[in-house]
Amino acid sequence: MTSGLWELVLKGVWVTIQLLVCSALLAAAVSFVVGVARTHRLWIVRFLAGFYTEVFRGTSALVMIFWVFFVLPPAFGWQLVPLWAGTLALGLTYGAYGSEIVRGALTAVDPAQREGGIALSFTPWQRMRLILLPQAVPEMIPPFSNLLIELLKGTALVSIMGMGDLAFSGNLVRLALQESAEIYTYILLIYFVIAFLLTRVMRGLEKRLKAGVGKKPDSKTRAPEPVVVEAVR
Amino acid sequence: MNWDWSAVSDFMPDFWKGLLVTLQILVIGSLISFALGLVWALLMRLPTRWVTWPVGVVTEFVRNTPLLVQLFFLYYVLPEWGLTFSALATGVFAIGLHYSTYTMQVYRAGIEAVPVGQWEAATALNLPLRRTWSAVILPQAVRRVVPALGNYVIAMLKDTPMLMAISVLEMLGHARLFSQEHFQFTEPLTVIGVAFIVISYLASLLLRALERRLAH
Amino acid sequence: MPTDTLPNPEKNPARSTGELIRLEQVTKRFGSNTVLDHLDFSVDAGKHVTLIGPSGSGKTTILRLLMTLLKPDEGTITVDGQKLFPASDKEVREVRKKIGMVFQQFNLFPNMSVLRNITEAPVTVLGMSKDEAVERAKGLLEMVGLSDKCDAHPAQLSGGQQQRVAIARALAMRPQVLLLDEVTSALDPELVAGVLDVLRDIARSTDITMLCVTHEMNFARDISDQVLMFDSGRVIESGPPEKIFSEPEQDRTREFLSAVL
Repeated sequence: MTSGLWELVLKGVWVTIQLLVCSALLAAAVSFVVGVARTHRLWIVRFLAGFYTEVFRGTSALVMIFWVFFVLPPAFGWQLVPLWAGTLALGLTYGAYGSEIVRGALTAVDPAQREGGIALSFTPWQRMRLILLPQAVPEMIPPFSNLLIELLKGTALVSIMGMGDLAFSGNLVRLALQESAEIYTYILLIYFVIAFLLTRVMRGLEKRLKAGVGKKPDSKTRAPEPVVVEAVR
Repeated sequence: MNWDWSAVSDFMPDFWKGLLVTLQILVIGSLISFALGLVWALLMRLPTRWVTWPVGVVTEFVRNTPLLVQLFFLYYVLPEWGLTFSALATGVFAIGLHYSTYTMQVYRAGIEAVPVGQWEAATALNLPLRRTWSAVILPQAVRRVVPALGNYVIAMLKDTPMLMAISVLEMLGHARLFSQEHFQFTEPLTVIGVAFIVISYLASLLLRALERRLAH
Repeated sequence: MPTDTLPNPEKNPARSTGELIRLEQVTKRFGSNTVLDHLDFSVDAGKHVTLIGPSGSGKTTILRLLMTLLKPDEGTITVDGQKLFPASDKEVREVRKKIGMVFQQFNLFPNMSVLRNITEAPVTVLGMSKDEAVERAKGLLEMVGLSDKCDAHPAQLSGGQQQRVAIARALAMRPQVLLLDEVTSALDPELVAGVLDVLRDIARSTDITMLCVTHEMNFARDISDQVLMFDSGRVIESGPPEKIFSEPEQDRTREFLSAVL
């Protein structure tokens, strides 16, 4: 492979990382807002949040991307830059999965903690901010780590829309070289390395957060229950 | 928003064709992932590192890299090696392989969840290994395994549209083709979007019922 | 003991006397199971009242109703002349500040240090300055004999120490009423005495109204002004501890006491 082609691949890596960071931030915001809303005491709030989760988790990420790229612009009259369109589609979809993680971790906090908060006259929002979230967030990190890997894999979908990410650069190089095995092996390896680094970062984060709650991190590796194991509960 | 019901009815014949292909991919892909996943899980239990290490690395690699790129790899590289399959066959195999790296962990967790005492009792009764597996361990593991496998089938459903990228005409492929021919994007894409939501919602209801029955 | 951190009768003559807590015709059901059946009872300010009776007789339910952890199905609850039920959320929040509770399982917040467990509510709920809250918390920790544990996390403490922190945490809100829900039941036997000593001190040196559910009959005898015997959601007998423990009138009370004493 020539250095020009490598440059193409590096540009692809950069686009993939940008997309990953943006959509992870959006997904995290959606996860917390929707996940907390799903524990709200008003049924209408819980219902709307649950409806959001079912709809966005029910649909396919790729169909969602097509929808954002092709249906939104004529319908609402705004054409998004591809990066934002990809961020929107991925962030909303993976945020729905993330909201399940947030809800699950919040409901797993010992109900006695809530009672302790009531007995000290904390308002519901103070209980959430001071008691429930600080205890629930460290528990969310391992499933969020799995979800982040799924999101990384999901970013490859934007290449179908012609966005120049890592997967797309692989296609360009294949066309240039008329040879596939080498370039796709490299591309897969790069994804694998990014995934490995992400896992490492998340594990470090888990360790630090759990130390703050006086707990030890999970020693055994968990089965990835990303996107899916929660899908039914 | 302009919504054209006639476009919907024009698209429906293509939709049914696409749905059929999607379900085909789902059924065969699931079967492949169930079988291959069990193979990986059993191989990982062998006492020799010469097997567990390579199997562990390969499955970890497949699980942590995008299915889409794996599809491209198989679709473009296999013919270079002289192996030619249809796009559908390649896609089904790729998705089955990808998900087998998840199902193997389901099997592992299911097997590990059977209490050690069960193994000890089987040994105490002098049951042969084959009988221990078939009569004691697996029947107890299935209960935990089935719901988790079902979840991965639903997840797989939502990944089937990727096969469009290697020219398989499943639901999304048909929707795109129709859109390009008629310059109507909204209707076919919305129809299949709703179809995915409905199918996965129904599937999750079905799975919940199954889970309840297995719990008894 | 630094009682200045706590309400004190001599220094606080204006505090309400007379009836502080009143339950009228309170009924609470869990499904088809009626735990409290048209219960009436009241507690005067500054009194120490102990609820005894077999488990499942509804004692803990009364504490949980007063702490608004549960809502009654019927009846009215009044605290210090203000409605606790039926009442709006806002009224409930106001009244709740007058009530503190110590739980069987301590319910300390594991994500906060001991000191912050005690200061958090005074600062965020009562709007106390941080310095003042810390100073008072240190006084309270000294009172419960844990001055050296300010920076520890709850997980590093024994059950008895955790419960003493929980008592300090409840007192930091300067409640008029302190609810004690089987506070020693989750403790190892050798840790019980330390916790009960702290509570005896508080009972002696403050004017806090105490409502206590316990299986420690000696403790109940020591601190109580009044003992209520519960059975099947009703008060079947009440009176000063000397009377209830020495010459109960009801057969049911006698049976219960001979089983636990």
